[in-house]
Amino acid sequence: MNEKPLLRVRGLTTEFATSEGAVARALEDVSFDVLPGKTVGLVGESGSGKTTTLMALMRLLPASGRITKGKVWFNDTNLLALSEHEMRDYRWKSMAIVFQGAMNALNPVMKVGDQIREAILLHDLMDRSAAEKRVRDLLEMVGIAPARRDQYPHQYSGGMRQRAMIAMALACAPDILFADEPTTALDVMIQAQILQLLKEIQKALGLAVVIVTHDLGVVAEVCDEVVVLYGGKVAEYGSVDRIYNHAQHPYTQRLLESFPDINNPSETLASIPGTPPRLTQLPPGCRFEPRCHVKINRCAEVSPPLLEVEPGHYVACILREGKEANFQ
Amino acid sequence: MARRDYLIGKMGISLLTLLFVLLLDFMLFRVLPGDPVRAVIGRNVRISADVQNSLRAQFGLDKPIFPDQFVDTLGQWARGNLGVSWSQRRPVSEILISKLWNTLLLIGLGQLFSIIFGVMLGLLAGWKRKTPFDIGALTFSLIAWATPTFWLGIILLVAGSAWFGLPTGGIVSPANIGKPLHTVLPDLIRHLILPTLTFTILYLGEYMLIMRSSILETLSEDYILTARAKGMSNFQVLMRHGLRNAMLPMVTIIALNLGFTVSGAIYIETVFSYDGLGNLVQTALVKQDYPLLQGAFLLLAVSVIVANMLADFLYTYLDPRVKAN
Repeated sequence: MNEKPLLRVRGLTTEFATSEGAVARALEDVSFDVLPGKTVGLVGESGSGKTTTLMALMRLLPASGRITKGKVWFNDTNLLALSEHEMRDYRWKSMAIVFQGAMNALNPVMKVGDQIREAILLHDLMDRSAAEKRVRDLLEMVGIAPARRDQYPHQYSGGMRQRAMIAMALACAPDILFADEPTTALDVMIQAQILQLLKEIQKALGLAVVIVTHDLGVVAEVCDEVVVLYGGKVAEYGSVDRIYNHAQHPYTQRLLESFPDINNPSETLASIPGTPPRLTQLPPGCRFEPRCHVKINRCAEVSPPLLEVEPGHYVACILREGKEANFQ
Repeated sequence: MARRDYLIGKMGISLLTLLFVLLLDFMLFRVLPGDPVRAVIGRNVRISADVQNSLRAQFGLDKPIFPDQFVDTLGQWARGNLGVSWSQRRPVSEILISKLWNTLLLIGLGQLFSIIFGVMLGLLAGWKRKTPFDIGALTFSLIAWATPTFWLGIILLVAGSAWFGLPTGGIVSPANIGKPLHTVLPDLIRHLILPTLTFTILYLGEYMLIMRSSILETLSEDYILTARAKGMSNFQVLMRHGLRNAMLPMVTIIALNLGFTVSGAIYIETVFSYDGLGNLVQTALVKQDYPLLQGAFLLLAVSVIVANMLADFLYTYLDPRVKAN
């Protein structure tokens, strides 16, 4: 890693107040880097904290949640130390987000073009006529006829809405694009188109991308680095090659086995027995211990530290050997 | 164009509704007890059966109700002839129009203030959810909504006249009756304060509660999160993306309310001896003045239908999705 990371997430910890009065630790001690122009994939089961991570990075957690610990360095600014007013400057201008499916992510009573233009004008980036031109350019870039800027979201198909959402995310030329399951809720052909579009745009604009997905196929296709989350903690973190070909964490290994392999279609799909931990009643030791197939007695007692097993490849498992991770 | 088709469809439904209402209005006063002829000549006067029968023939009451009387009545209504009031011996349409403006003034002001303050309160309460402001506004609105109209009217009447010396009834002071409007404006306003205030408080509660729940629902939508992610302040999000979407259910409620508003006006106008339609309906009811009641019902029904049509029309501007369906 000779290039300086654009975004450095360090020890990010969030807590949610649940309706039963308990505290849910949605994220604990999550750390990773995002390099300029690279793509990081956040992978995990539902409730593992993928989306919460994105929301925490943009400081858009719901009212019941708060960030209790950690730092988010954007270049040399700790976003978590900013006032809400200062943070608003970073939203969309430095980091924009594409939501899942974009079904309701666009305002139904506002013209699509107006919603894109609104973002540009909000940040005082250019005057009205220049903004208008940019709206049309952006739509063209994502493959939507500029004439459709005056239509409403319900007049768009699902794939077009997602394209419009991407166009909107690019409106203020952000450095980082967050994508929260951008292809879920779309059919397979459209999924491929949207992924292709994201890749092209990333290449053309040199964007850094953080993509949340539970689809390991998507990860293999677009990501440079992968963060595997389990129960709100980082289970494994490394380059896509290391994760796919040299997975060290039992959970990652099982996760990969549960994904169909096109070369061996006859193989029966493995599933991981048990259910993810409840975030209000976390086990004292490793969070994966109750479901782990290689556990030893100590796993239930000690929370595993994140170990660097190879340079840039981190695993949270006491069965592996390496020095304890020390992020800069 | 989609909007035109939509509106034509809605107008068709309105016309059907109107026809049904006319039928109902016509039938209602045919099944009510009481003999029109007796009502005209009075109860204690002895009049021969021949004279009674000739009166019946004169009123067209000797013909069958269907279709003759109904068709005849529809024709008369279409020409603006709503019959003659039994108690006032004047054309019903003339009486109605003379009272209509007073009521429109009261309803208009009451609705205007209750909508403005109700929407504002609801918006702020929903936005500042679970704060003391929200709880206070919620409590006030629930109480206001649950309060009986006449009771609130009486309390305000007593308080307003005793502590602020406001007039207790009428539209202008007796000395000013018949003078040109612009010369008695201050007097008119003083008379309007209490009934308008009663009206406003009564409807404000309902509007606030609906607006609050509507904005809460809207604020949980995905596009609100998008707006926040764009870097908008909470207030910008509320005004640009929350308000318009949250107003959609309000438009329907307001239009529907216009009908109930008039019934509300019956209580308020009676309490404040306000010379409007509500008071007229109450008097007509007491005096069993069926033609007058029938005319008043017709006017109320038509105004509800028109209000609903206006709401449908407004919807096409507020919600682009309406045109698509």
